[in-house]
Amino acid sequence: MSGLHPQLPFPEAAKSELLSAQLRSNLRKVTHTIREKRLSAVAELPYWEELRVLGEATKNEALAHLSDHLLELEKNVKARGGQVHWATDAQEARELVAQIAERHQVRELIKVKSITSDEIELNKALDERGIHAIETDLAELIVQLSHDTPSHILVPAIHRNRAEIQALFNRELPGEGHLSDLPADLAGAARRYLRHKFLTTKMAVSGANFGIADTGTVCVVESEGNGRMCVTLPEVLVSIMGVEKVLPTWDDISVFMELLPRSSTAERMNPYTSFWSGVTADDGPQEFHLILLDNGRSKVLADQTGRQTLRCIRCSACLNVCPVYERAGGHAYGSVYPGPIGAILTPQLLGMQDHNANTLPGASSLCGACFDACPVRINIPQVLIYLRGEVTKDKGPSVEQLAMQGMRLAMSAGWRFEGAIKLARIGQGPLVQDGTISWLPGMLGGWTQSRDLGAFPDQSFREWWRERQRNQAKAGAPTPSDKSPANRDAKEPGEQV
Amino acid sequence: MTNTPNAIHTAEARLEVLTRINRAAQDMVAPVKPPYPQGEVLSREAILEQFEDRILDYKAGFLRVAPAGVAQAVATALAGETRAVVPQGLDLAWLPAELTLLRDSPRLSHAELDGIGTVITGAAVAISTTGTIILNHVAGQGRRALTLIPDRHICIVRASQVVQTVPEGMQAVASSVTAGQPLTLISGPSATSDIELVRVEGVHGPRQLSVIVVEGI
Ligand code: SF4
Repeated sequence: MSGLHPQLPFPEAAKSELLSAQLRSNLRKVTHTIREKRLSAVAELPYWEELRVLGEATKNEALAHLSDHLLELEKNVKARGGQVHWATDAQEARELVAQIAERHQVRELIKVKSITSDEIELNKALDERGIHAIETDLAELIVQLSHDTPSHILVPAIHRNRAEIQALFNRELPGEGHLSDLPADLAGAARRYLRHKFLTTKMAVSGANFGIADTGTVCVVESEGNGRMCVTLPEVLVSIMGVEKVLPTWDDISVFMELLPRSSTAERMNPYTSFWSGVTADDGPQEFHLILLDNGRSKVLADQTGRQTLRCIRCSACLNVCPVYERAGGHAYGSVYPGPIGAILTPQLLGMQDHNANTLPGASSLCGACFDACPVRINIPQVLIYLRGEVTKDKGPSVEQLAMQGMRLAMSAGWRFEGAIKLARIGQGPLVQDGTISWLPGMLGGWTQSRDLGAFPDQSFREWWRERQRNQAKAGAPTPSDKSPANRDAKEPGEQV
Repeated sequence: MTNTPNAIHTAEARLEVLTRINRAAQDMVAPVKPPYPQGEVLSREAILEQFEDRILDYKAGFLRVAPAGVAQAVATALAGETRAVVPQGLDLAWLPAELTLLRDSPRLSHAELDGIGTVITGAAVAISTTGTIILNHVAGQGRRALTLIPDRHICIVRASQVVQTVPEGMQAVASSVTAGQPLTLISGPSATSDIELVRVEGVHGPRQLSVIVVEGI
């Protein structure tokens, strides 16, 4: 994986990822745990649905006058002693960060987890200029030390178990070598390793969860305290923010402070959130740069169906409820944005002519769980269907091929078959708007004609699947169509079907 | 603009980004936002009880005392520690007489702060729904590094500072944000679940948080 760009079409990437039993078991554990926790965190607020509607409207309002708010943000950050830069693409953003580092003769800088910085492949670019970026988020540190790539937005190292991390830390962290595999011990080792860096490093790079225009304020939401360290202790701070992260006023932040933690870590509130406005005399970095990054976002904004994607607050709730993500793993999406959000964001940012990225909208069973979970009500299934249509316009893989891939993955996970039943909604439900998916019956026709699937409207998927397993057991040997990775997985011991 | 990298280039980028965005959004109309949803309004007592419940849930310490009992509560939270860094503006009557006070003037270096185990501060406001303390880093709270580097944070909150909801809490600090103050929202000690989703309290931020609520003020 490199930044945003998938190196393979999704079906191929998913096939290789499917073979890793460790990844699958780690992933299942995290997604199921967070899924349950999220439901109770959300159930605590009887007005959750109203909050979602307000979150959606607040983001839509911000996007409708985006340039005004960005100019206001720029004005207010500058008025408070910060500097604001604009980058049309990843290369410009990287260059800006590198130049700031070089001006301060910095060979090493600290970073707080930022998917935007991963999107622009900042670390590699800095490395090439002799500047080492140290990731300070525990999971990012694990990923970095093992020369790996993140597989989840919220828990980037979720594909690593504690024994792997123990071995890694004992090998890579100076002075260690006798760590146990207790998570507390491993976290303690990270604390020891990074503390000196926090106290002495001159420059830090962060992302931004939100930017607030009328006060010129930038916000970083986190858990460990590494974010506070990075935005407080260095002399120079550079924050990279996608242009869609801006909110018009301070009053707009509250709804997201309610929506984000409960959707993301399933907590009432995350341990730490930092807000700062430019430079504060005698407190924190005395040089602050805010980089406003487009990198394809304005293109997404121009698309009437696709633009809702820009409401995303990167909570990762859609990943945790997605049967395809659970099955395929984050790496299969080939981009820093995995899961359902990645399936719609990556191809839109890159453009539908990208023949690897444009297979991503196939990575879904259209079960609708992502839409239900999304705190800002992004209708991910609608965008997926719309983008599949865009793919066929561009002569990519056939829509049926893509859709089948998603269905296979979903079904082999034995997961939420009521989701598949929701397909029935497609004919009359929220997925149809202004006739943009008028070709869909054709697609469904493709599915029902398939020998693998049978006539599903007459039989629930669960029934169909059980019956199929029974028949296979009777037959004693797999049929030729069982070569699909999904079928192979379904027969593994312990797999719930 | 001598210290702005490539000032000319970024000015071009600025124009280009703004132009693209304006073109992209020309058909968009800002929606009418619905009002902020309201939950059940709790009594003062219920708010304080909820706050306690949330703080304990984060595995932080919690004590609720009358004004006369604050120094004793701080002594309890100190757990034998004999010195602490204390920001200017904190009510000294809240501190145990025997405590050695370390001051941030002249400014303590990061290394010096790293050698100090405990910081004692007030707060700007607290939110019961989420068990959140908000610092706006004015007098009585100190600059951000003070409440970040020491491993134990004892935070004294007046009962009247505890509000019920997130929007009430954020509203209470709006004027200080407008005035340019940074904010730190703290909900429990630092934590991570990055290793097999096992929650570990205490990574980089203070590993121990004690909240003392002072009744009647
Ligand atoms: S699309 Fe929605 S659910 Fe998914 S990460 Fe973004 S905000 Fe969260």
